[in-house]
Amino acid sequence: MTRRLTREGLLNLAVLAGLVILPLWALWADEPFTITLATRAVVLALAAVGLNIALGIGGLVSLGHAVFFGIGGYAMGILAHHAQTYTSVMEWPFVIEGTKNMPIIWLVATVVSAFAAFLIGLLSLRTSGVYFIMITLAFGQMFFYFAISWSEYGGEDGLSIYVRNSFPGLNTLVPIQFYGLCLAILLAALALYSALMRSPFGLALNAARQVPERVRAVGLDPFRLRLVAFVISGAITGLAGALFADLNRFVSPTMFSWQLSGELIVFIIIGGVARLFGPVVGAALFVALEHWLGGLSDYWHIYLGALLLLIVLFGRGGLIGMFAGRGKIHD
Amino acid sequence: MSLLELRNVTAHYGVSQALFGVSLHVNSGEVVALMGRNGMGKSTTVKCICRILTSEGTITFDGQELGRMPSHKTARLGIGLVPEGRRCFADLSVRENLIAAARSGQWDLEKVGTLFPRLTERLEQRAASLSGGEQQMLAIGRALMTNPRLLILDEATEGLAPIVRQEIWDAISQLKRETGMAILLIDKSLRELRQVSDRAVIIERGRDVWTGHITELDDQTAHDRLGV
Repeated sequence: MTRRLTREGLLNLAVLAGLVILPLWALWADEPFTITLATRAVVLALAAVGLNIALGIGGLVSLGHAVFFGIGGYAMGILAHHAQTYTSVMEWPFVIEGTKNMPIIWLVATVVSAFAAFLIGLLSLRTSGVYFIMITLAFGQMFFYFAISWSEYGGEDGLSIYVRNSFPGLNTLVPIQFYGLCLAILLAALALYSALMRSPFGLALNAARQVPERVRAVGLDPFRLRLVAFVISGAITGLAGALFADLNRFVSPTMFSWQLSGELIVFIIIGGVARLFGPVVGAALFVALEHWLGGLSDYWHIYLGALLLLIVLFGRGGLIGMFAGRGKIHD
Repeated sequence: MSLLELRNVTAHYGVSQALFGVSLHVNSGEVVALMGRNGMGKSTTVKCICRILTSEGTITFDGQELGRMPSHKTARLGIGLVPEGRRCFADLSVRENLIAAARSGQWDLEKVGTLFPRLTERLEQRAASLSGGEQQMLAIGRALMTNPRLLILDEATEGLAPIVRQEIWDAISQLKRETGMAILLIDKSLRELRQVSDRAVIIERGRDVWTGHITELDDQTAHDRLGV
């Protein structure tokens, strides 16, 4: 067991080294687009790390996590839009001004996403299996069509933000600085995931995934455990949505799409369900394939589908599992 | 006042009635054997106590009516259940199984390890890879980690090798001797039950048909009621 953990640990360190070295190489080689690609991978990985708490530890297959990604994106879009047009977000019963300050935007994105996850979780977590998947999908579609109809913020066309938001002490318009910021947040989320997984809460959540009735017998409420996990998961995915919107300086209803929810699940499966760095590996591979294969063919998802098929059939631990051996859960 | 009291408890599985007015009580620090042939309603009674199965009648624990209380809240009140069939959290290690269930109180990893030294040797081992006896020890340890005032053991020695069964019985005796914890025992081993129990309740066809001090349970009653 120690050997397996060491192998996975070494692999995680190698991935981490790649996340540091690749953008530095791109900076040295004057390849800013590569840094932008790496930022995209890191932000999508952050969203998938959020989902991995619900799916990996809690066994909750949410096909509606794009809701939180979209809420985070729109939180950023709305606040930045009002800041750049010098208008208020609302004036009654109290005035809320727009802002271009990233920490404030992140706070709003995280809190609103967490609240949405709480409400959605209250309803959807009363079901399980295919019903849970369908309810989360239904919420995703509701938010998607609401965003399309929300003409005040661009409707179907989305909302453009002209200048990237600011972070104290950094020039976020410099790609490597924005990348560093996103990477720091990803590492913080990974640290949180690791701590959660080892904590009594994470262990109980994992146990509730296996035998819910036995968890009740030791005085724990599986519903409450799952709800807390869903809220934390939604908050992290919402934060990723705010960063994604800042990266593109654009928000649109596609951030709420069920395809995006599906892609987050695909990242986790490719990298390894419940593996610490699984979502990172999955997101990085997805962005790389999207870039390289997307240049060759519009139908590059065919290759992604084939890869997914191979992993599900022959490598249940995902790419991390193939190299590091059988994991603690799911494999 | 009794720690646990059941009065005229009835329960159904769908349209089939399984309990027909069971009454029993367990006092603090007392070990009570719940006995009966297979399918007579022993495990159903336990399910009603732990609110895994809804029932009619009155069940009180430490003076509090359990009523429609969800099962996880009964555990928080201080009812620790070691269920039939063990069912540990297979993907978790021994340590993680115990930590996941932990509530504040006198029972911790060290104390469970003192009761079951075998678990201490296998703290980092996956529960799924333990032997049946070790899984049973883990199930008892997990229940103890909730720091219960009443421990319910449902067929804790079933299907185990004689030497492991003896270890489990020794642990139950130690619990009685050293902690004064109330214990409700379901088992078929009359000889061992006689050694550790204070009182016995026999259930037959969903009814409590005999209650008394364990020394009053004579061979004829045991033969007639339990078939041993």
